[in-house]
Amino acid sequence: MFVIPEFSALQDAISRVTEAEVLQALNADLPGMAGLAALLSPLAEPHLRAMAKRSAIITSQRFGKTIQVYAPLYLSSYCANRCAYCGFSADNVIDRRVLTFAEAENEAMILHQRGFSHLLLVSGEAPAKLGVDYLEELALRLRDRFAALSIEVQPLATEEYARLFRAGITSVAVYQETYDRAVYEQVHLGGPKADFDYRLESPARVAAAGMREVGIGALLGLSDWRAEGLALGLHLAWLRRHYWRTGLTVSFPRLRPAQGEFKPLHSVSERNLSQMIFALRIFDPDVGLYLSTREEARYRDGMIGLGPTRYSAGSCTAPGGYGQADAGVEQFEVGDNRSLAEVCAAIQQKGFDPVRKDWDAVFQAKGDRQQAA
Amino acid sequence: MLTIAGRKFRSRLFGGTGKFSSPEVMKEALAASGCEMVTVALRRIDLNNPADDIMSVLDRDRYLFLPNTSGARDADEAIRLARLARASGGGEWLKLEVTPDPRTLLPDPIETLKATELLVKEGFKVLPYMNADPILALRLQDAGAVAVMPLGSPIGTNQGVLTRFQIEIIIAQAQVPVIVDAGLGAPSHVAEAMEMGADAVLVNTAIAVAGDPVRMARAFAMAVEAGRIAYEAGLGAVSKDAAPSSPEDGLGFLR
Repeated sequence: MFVIPEFSALQDAISRVTEAEVLQALNADLPGMAGLAALLSPLAEPHLRAMAKRSAIITSQRFGKTIQVYAPLYLSSYCANRCAYCGFSADNVIDRRVLTFAEAENEAMILHQRGFSHLLLVSGEAPAKLGVDYLEELALRLRDRFAALSIEVQPLATEEYARLFRAGITSVAVYQETYDRAVYEQVHLGGPKADFDYRLESPARVAAAGMREVGIGALLGLSDWRAEGLALGLHLAWLRRHYWRTGLTVSFPRLRPAQGEFKPLHSVSERNLSQMIFALRIFDPDVGLYLSTREEARYRDGMIGLGPTRYSAGSCTAPGGYGQADAGVEQFEVGDNRSLAEVCAAIQQKGFDPVRKDWDAVFQAKGDRQQAA
Repeated sequence: MLTIAGRKFRSRLFGGTGKFSSPEVMKEALAASGCEMVTVALRRIDLNNPADDIMSVLDRDRYLFLPNTSGARDADEAIRLARLARASGGGEWLKLEVTPDPRTLLPDPIETLKATELLVKEGFKVLPYMNADPILALRLQDAGAVAVMPLGSPIGTNQGVLTRFQIEIIIAQAQVPVIVDAGLGAPSHVAEAMEMGADAVLVNTAIAVAGDPVRMARAFAMAVEAGRIAYEAGLGAVSKDAAPSSPEDGLGFLR
């Protein structure tokens, strides 16, 4: 089982970093955990340019001159959790909806026509409204029309992940939000998500179920981003050791204004975010790195080729929002409102190939419907 | 001339389609490389879509497409992909890649052998990507592989022929063509592989991510040719002792 050290111990490790360790980490082939701490430390800040360069070289070597593009499809705004920072929090009085299968398919086909082949199915965490039966049925309906289907929903049991894998789900994202237990308890006021440890163990269940890929992440703005970066490194390394067949990805969502007027507890600048991305790339050359549409177009364009390998585009974070202009409350406000075509043009402008398809449904044996007993 | 499964190839350099900055750059670089066989990841293309960005820019009369199963974690997945490719008009040629570790992308010898045995029976012309294991090369050859593709070093690493010792044994033993694949990062690396007697090499990353992929493709083509000519011409033996180019052996007094 993955056990995370006390958050203060992670912060201590970063505070003990020396200038010499930063230089060593910058020049090491594989800097390891001590090197990651060094690259995340304030002492590495003057070396941001060198970190960017190294991150860019590693990324280009491993992923080539390509960026994968995908779109999120929001299925439901119902949520059983009370998270202080989220627009879908059960505490917020908003109009909620869960898409019918026909509505979800309609949204998916709009994205298909816009040129998307990789979809991320997202929902609030309310198993009673949207559970594994729903996801299985939707995956079976969509799998022949899309190259890859990922989910970002409530944590599930290993057998449930295995069922969804057979139905055609390729990868699963379960973000810890924060590895700082005290802050976690402070912002997760109620609902199943309040259980820190169950969430922490979720990525291992995803991998154990045979999923191709598992995504982890921290919501930046809740606690000290440097220690979050080190925690992500520890989590990645643990997953690699225990589930060597599973691909790994990391996301770096920065808190954006959401319904509920939550103010970030820590500020994370673009320079900070960049340092974190470069540090993780240098630490783990093979990990897929997402850069969210929460970030502004200017920043996303600037980061092309420097480390991130996956960009969402044309995102709407309200269920039904692709077919309907005013579909209701969004989970968060998007910072980059450009269409897929515009994002692809920006990627090409930078000398990279926007890759729409990098998987195939055929990899996965076709399972039958297996409704819960 | 190189012959694989009855088909003749003038160029001993094989290309790939991954990691290029655009389909147009890929097309130009492949043209400059002079290659006649190009491997294409099935995961990247839409076989049912004639407007697919990779397939539509390459001339099928000029290149033999070698679909590959990149991404497959076991024999079953690779076999499913291969069947789909053939059913969609991808032909019988197949570069078999079974790489369960997404980090190193090293090939699984057991699953690769299993898949080769089955796919050969189904009529595929299988070119398996393999670690540089001489016994495995023989087993794959016995299973009916039309060529073997041992790696020089892990894919994308540009480290060159780190497996030289094993590849020498594979070349000495193999009855089928040996194509050194993966890790060849510089023209000097492919020249080395060709001088050793490899029948061909496959290069993708080093060309695709080069500052100027088109010129780099040309450099690789020249190195492949130089290495091959040197092999055919017969390289001199390597010796620890200096040998003067105008020999004076000190035995001139003999009558």
